[in-house]
Amino acid sequence: MLKKDKLIIAGKKFTSRLIVGTGKYKSMQECAKAIKVSGADIVTVAVRRVNISDKSKALLMDYIDPKKITYLPNTAGCFNSEEALRTLRLAREIGGWKLVKLEVLGDKKNLFPEMIETLKSTEILTKEGFKVMVYCNDDPLMAKRLENAGASAIMPLAAPIGSGLGIQNTINIKIIRKQTQLPLIIDAGIGEASDAAEAMELGCDGVLVNTAIAKAKKPLMMAEAMKLAVISGRKSFLSGRIKKNIYGNASSPKKGII
Amino acid sequence: MNKLNKVIIKVNGKKLILNPNSSVYDLINKLKLPINKVAIELNKEIIDKKKIDNIILKSKDNIEIVHFIGGG
Repeated sequence: MLKKDKLIIAGKKFTSRLIVGTGKYKSMQECAKAIKVSGADIVTVAVRRVNISDKSKALLMDYIDPKKITYLPNTAGCFNSEEALRTLRLAREIGGWKLVKLEVLGDKKNLFPEMIETLKSTEILTKEGFKVMVYCNDDPLMAKRLENAGASAIMPLAAPIGSGLGIQNTINIKIIRKQTQLPLIIDAGIGEASDAAEAMELGCDGVLVNTAIAKAKKPLMMAEAMKLAVISGRKSFLSGRIKKNIYGNASSPKKGII
Repeated sequence: MNKLNKVIIKVNGKKLILNPNSSVYDLINKLKLPINKVAIELNKEIIDKKKIDNIILKSKDNIEIVHFIGGG
C-alpha cells in the first residue's frame, strides 16, 4: 500500500520516513542494531577530529556501511556560519557527500538554531552545490526564507534538541506544511513514538530522532516503536481522517432496533 | 638525520615530528589512517586527497584530520 509512497529529498528516493541520529548510544554495536531495527535509510553523523594517538578505536563506517545507509553529515556544535561551512566542506571531502544537515546553534542552553547564521549558510552552501536540509525554528516566515534560499528540506524542531517534549507548536507546523512543497521533517524534541506519529499526521514528510531512541531504557524496542509510529502516522494522514464533531454519531444502524 | 632538518608540525592540535620532505601522503601512512574515510585540512585549507603525495609538509604546518562519528 505504501510501496509507492517514497520520501524524495533533492531528487533522491528513500523508503523510510524515519531518519535516525547516531549519537549518544552506549556502543557502536547498539547504534548499528538500532538503525537496522528502525529501518532508517538515512542517518545523521557528526564530523570530528580523528584520534591520532588511539587508532585502535572503531570507526563508525566499520559498523554502518555508507554504501547501504545514506550518511547525512551534520554541523552539530557549530555556532556560526563559518564553522558550519568548514565542517560541511570537510564532510564533502571525506566521501563526496552533498546531502547535508545544516545546524547552526545560537544558545548553549536551549540549543535553539541561530537563524540569521543558518540562512546565510544555506545561501552559500546551495551556491556551492550542496543539498541542504536545514534544522530551523518552527517559524513559518523563516522557513519561507530558507526555501527561497534553496534549501532541500525544511527541518523545524518539535522542541529543544534532546528535550523529549514532543511537538510544542502544532499550529506553526501546520502553517509551514501548508506553505511548502519541500520535504518537511520534524527534527529534534521527539520523546516517544506518539510524537513521531503526530508529526506524520500533521502531514510532515519525515521525522528525525536521536535521543529518544538512544537514551530509551530499551533503545532497540524504541527504534522499532518509532518505525511503526512513522508508518502508522503516515497511513493515518494519507487515509483522510474523519471530521471532528462535538456530538456523538452512533456507529450501529438505528434501523431494525428491537 | 640532522636535528635541524626535522619538520615539526601540528596534527589535530598535537605536535608531531616528521622527516624532511615528508608529504601529506607519508603522514597519513605514518598515522595508518584509511584515506577514504577522512578529510584533511592544511592550514585551514581543505586539500584534495588525490594530490596528497605532491604536498610536502614544512615546519609549523597545521594539519586537521577529521572523520565521521556518531551524532544527531
